[in-house]
Amino acid sequence: MAEARNIHEIVAADGSRRTFPQPQKSVPTAVGNYDPLSPPSDGLEGEKMVLNVGPSHPATHGVLRIVLELDGEIITRARPEVGYLHRGDEKIAENFTYTQFIPYTDRLDYLAPLANNVAYALAVEKLLGIDRQLPPRCQFIRVVCCELARISSHLLGVGCYAMDVGAMTVFLHTFTEREKIYNLCESLTGARFTTAYTRIGGLSRDLPPGWTEQCRKFLNEVVVNIDETETFLTRNRIFVDRTQGVGVIPKDVAIDYGLTGPNLRGSGVEHDLRKAHPYLVYDQLKFDVPVGAAGDCYDRYLVRMEEMRQSVRIVHQCLDQLPGGPINVPDGKIVLPPKDRVLTRMEELIHHFINVTQGVNAPPGEIYFGHENPKGELGFYINSKGGGTPHRLKIRSPSFVNLSILSWLLPGHMLSDVVAVLGSFDFVMGECDR
Amino acid sequence: MNPLELAQQLRAKFPGLIADPVEFRSEITLKVADAERMPEICAFAKKELGFDYLVDITSVDNYGDDPRFLIVYHLYGYGHLCHLRLKTDVSEEKGDLPTVTAVWRTADWHEREIYDMMGLRFRGHPDLRRILMWEGYPHFPLRKDFPLAGKPTDVPEVAFTDAAPLAGGPFVTIAGGKDTISREPRVRIPDTDALETNARLERRHDIKEAHGHSHGPGPIEPKH
Repeated sequence: MAEARNIHEIVAADGSRRTFPQPQKSVPTAVGNYDPLSPPSDGLEGEKMVLNVGPSHPATHGVLRIVLELDGEIITRARPEVGYLHRGDEKIAENFTYTQFIPYTDRLDYLAPLANNVAYALAVEKLLGIDRQLPPRCQFIRVVCCELARISSHLLGVGCYAMDVGAMTVFLHTFTEREKIYNLCESLTGARFTTAYTRIGGLSRDLPPGWTEQCRKFLNEVVVNIDETETFLTRNRIFVDRTQGVGVIPKDVAIDYGLTGPNLRGSGVEHDLRKAHPYLVYDQLKFDVPVGAAGDCYDRYLVRMEEMRQSVRIVHQCLDQLPGGPINVPDGKIVLPPKDRVLTRMEELIHHFINVTQGVNAPPGEIYFGHENPKGELGFYINSKGGGTPHRLKIRSPSFVNLSILSWLLPGHMLSDVVAVLGSFDFVMGECDR
Repeated sequence: MNPLELAQQLRAKFPGLIADPVEFRSEITLKVADAERMPEICAFAKKELGFDYLVDITSVDNYGDDPRFLIVYHLYGYGHLCHLRLKTDVSEEKGDLPTVTAVWRTADWHEREIYDMMGLRFRGHPDLRRILMWEGYPHFPLRKDFPLAGKPTDVPEVAFTDAAPLAGGPFVTIAGGKDTISREPRVRIPDTDALETNARLERRHDIKEAHGHSHGPGPIEPKH
């Protein structure tokens, strides 16, 4: 039997042995001890250099720019710069009717437009006071939309993350499944990407014939894909080494920085708006909320994987229980009446005209509605003075808030960990910059 | 524990400073009379009442009112799962209020955004810079007197903007005009949007003249 041999040992020709110098693992233990509220360091001392990451860089998932101050390979200071995709959505909202703004919500988190549509519609419906009067069929279809959006967003999040840390195959693998979701979106809404599916008080159209069967087929395929993706990553030595113990966010810091969604749950806070403040029919559905323990990049990845499985579970339940009936609130002052009646009846014609030209007549008041989006809590604060347009519409976007922790989190990490941390946050700049 | 009880506890702690709770769509809103006391109130809400999560801070421009600006804080507690909204006024002349970054660190970017979009300064903020617009941009775009089309801006070697071609939009009818042109103006002029509609329609001629001197695109005359 061969003698057990130390692989780091070198055996010379004369039989003498020496140990090959071991590389020191250089991941620093002090992570996140940097205080962004401290005054900026005046000038750079010694060996420090400034490195500009982004705004156009594959790892920044869009147009995030981070100005890093480096001491060798260790980050000593990080300054995220956002705003490169600022389009003034909130200003636009003030000048549009509530319905006209729906297509703009597609462009917030453009990886999960259906979820944004639902979130915005629910916010306006809360202002109108009809969020509890939606027809059951509408509510179930909206839940299906939200969860498909979540699967789609997480598939991309995980795929891109794996690619960022060096595993190309995963990206191609998950994108194959996302393509099927786009096909479902296309047959459901008419568009693959910019869905604009919801309307105030309902939906733009009902499910097309055969859609539920297609959706079930997809669900059965995606669970296989999720399992396969896990075999690529979850016990992959390289992936684990690059993500475990990197980007650790303790629970209290996560709350202090207002993190939401998988990033918050990865740090061990068991909070999901679908459970804490159930909207639509989430209180009738069975699903679990996965939480992490360590709060590192690996845990955030695991939370996303499990959330996809739970979403599949939710969609199955919705398709099983999907009731018949109307998809819109039966109120011509809120939802456009059917076209055949508009063309033949006076009252419907008036409703149609007022709805299109002036919008839904909302009462004065202010509401905030937070929706559990794939990226976190997407909130809409609407301040109305009455009439068809909001006086002020504030979009509380999860990516914007999640990114604000970077200046605390990155210092102390190696430069190569930046991509690992950024990928684990799964942010979208369209939503961050609005 | 419900939001109303928490709101009453907060009011009891700061007598005379916080108005009666207003409930709308089962959300509780408290109006704070003095913006200077906000950090104190927020610190108490966080430490004693368990509002450990600051959801959002935002601002509203009530153009034409005095005080002009409204700052809105959305608080939430993971312990009791209750929302609470705090509001406070800031006048245009004053234009500043103390920061709450010492209470919640997430307030940092929210306050920067308010400064960037509405031009309100937060005293004591560690890094009050523009966040969505670029450094050196001279306007505050979410103010009601800033036109939707934008203003031409030139910051050499940084960036530039021009007024956006709106192609006639936005198409939102304003009720009460005497003809279609009044109800659906081709270009909406922000100085007047916040004013009463009918008064605005009567002054159309004056507005046109004033608009000729501004930076925005001129009104498009309907073709006959």
